[in-house]
Amino acid sequence: MINEELESAIRQNFPDAVEGSADCRGRLLLTVRADQIVPICRFAKEKLGFDFPDCITGVDTGQHLEVVYTLWSMDRRVELNLKVVVPYDNPVLDSVTCVWQGANWHEREVYDLFGIEFRNHPDLRRILLPEDFEGFPFRKDYTEID
Amino acid sequence: MDQIPDPSAYEHEHPIEDKSGLRTQELLVNMGPQHPSTHGVLRLLLHLDGEVVLDAVPHIGYLHRGMEKLAERRSYVQIVPLTDRNDYLAAMCNNQVYCQAVEKLAGIEVPERAHFIRVVVNELNRIASHLVWLGTFALDLGAMSVFLYAFREREIILSLFEEICGARMTYSYIRIGGVPWDMPDGWADRVRDFCRYLLPRLDENDALLTGNEIFLARTRGVGILPPDVAVDYGASGPVLRGSGIPFDVRKADPYAVYDRLEFDIPYQTTCDCLGRYLVRIEEMRQSVRIIQQALDMMPDGPIMAKMPRVLRPPAGEVYTRIESPRGVLGVYLVSDGGTNPLRMKWRAPSFCNLQALPVMVRGWKVADLVAILGSIDIVLGDVDR
Repeated sequence: MINEELESAIRQNFPDAVEGSADCRGRLLLTVRADQIVPICRFAKEKLGFDFPDCITGVDTGQHLEVVYTLWSMDRRVELNLKVVVPYDNPVLDSVTCVWQGANWHEREVYDLFGIEFRNHPDLRRILLPEDFEGFPFRKDYTEID
Repeated sequence: MDQIPDPSAYEHEHPIEDKSGLRTQELLVNMGPQHPSTHGVLRLLLHLDGEVVLDAVPHIGYLHRGMEKLAERRSYVQIVPLTDRNDYLAAMCNNQVYCQAVEKLAGIEVPERAHFIRVVVNELNRIASHLVWLGTFALDLGAMSVFLYAFREREIILSLFEEICGARMTYSYIRIGGVPWDMPDGWADRVRDFCRYLLPRLDENDALLTGNEIFLARTRGVGILPPDVAVDYGASGPVLRGSGIPFDVRKADPYAVYDRLEFDIPYQTTCDCLGRYLVRIEEMRQSVRIIQQALDMMPDGPIMAKMPRVLRPPAGEVYTRIESPRGVLGVYLVSDGGTNPLRMKWRAPSFCNLQALPVMVRGWKVADLVAILGSIDIVLGDVDR
């Protein structure tokens, strides 16, 4: 019920941005266009009430990179998952730190481990790995050096 | 690691002028990674004006073991012991969230008795974890005796865990599909005895601190985290509830059998260190309530679902969360249909809560920073993964 409502709200306001939708074990997962991620996130926060940035993470599927945003609404107690596909040859994405302060460290972690750069991020540095670390270890093509 | 900036160069760029026009200098102080009150290997770069903290920049990663990457090379069953070592003070909760994710992904139905046993061990672990926090928080503020009492009480829980699964810290007791062993004979009664024992001791420990003027002066009104900021930073658990937002996954997004148990969500609207302290103390009492109910309602039956010899969850992804002692603990699991996950992401509550530290400490003294950091209750194994 609520999932259809959320999906139609986003589709109405961003007609060309939604590339696919899936039922992620009972929760809505929308694949959206990378260049629309900031306006969609702002819309989700301000109009749909997704005030809690639960989790932002990267995935390397072997074909391309993905960034998955898991959002939670405190009032409505629902979850919304947004997915963005990022190509290997140009791993750049707009930062959503302007929407939620809490996205800061999550995006730094994705940058650190997957090498996805976030435009307009206030402080894009490695977070878990040493600053002189070379490569992005969570990519599938990463080879360990002893 | 990165270089500490040369303080003289920094101060040259950032002079502070006071009202009389006299030029003072901002001081950079490095706190940690070897510092007793950082509770592990956390490094904070403090920008000080005299004794006042202007800003604190956390540097983390000293305990990063790449656990999520390690998981990609292991079968689903082999990952369970890895999860123990994340938040090592609440290993049961780590087992719970991971197994829950795999069960959702693979569509495994967990027997009811296993759910109830899981609730009991989860809540016992919550009490044990909060007791460690209580002891170390009091110790940070100079109250030695509470530390000893809290660890005495925790010892009993560890013995109970040793009895049920053989381990005292890294349990791996919750497995995919249920639990591997049933409760030993008389174990439930010993848990009940412990609950009866704990409640008056808790009041005693609480009175030692909340009846102490120094403790109150060090915590009341210190380290304010406004509710809207807490939500915006993704803070959760007692940090969020201490800021007046009664959000608890056990109520908001129930898992296991929490929707059939009666308990309250304690919260405080003071948004300070004392609020976070009071929330945790009351949470322990609520956990006792949950344990007693779960033991009363404990059904008979199997404790393990029928499991395939080799677990290959269908391709897909799942995100699941639980309420760990530190807040929202989430696991994002992606399967490509193989025997090991394509990606496992650990949404660690300590990581998100620590992010809000600079907001809480600005304008307070260095000594208050120790109290504020203690009140967040971070576990570095959880922050760095």
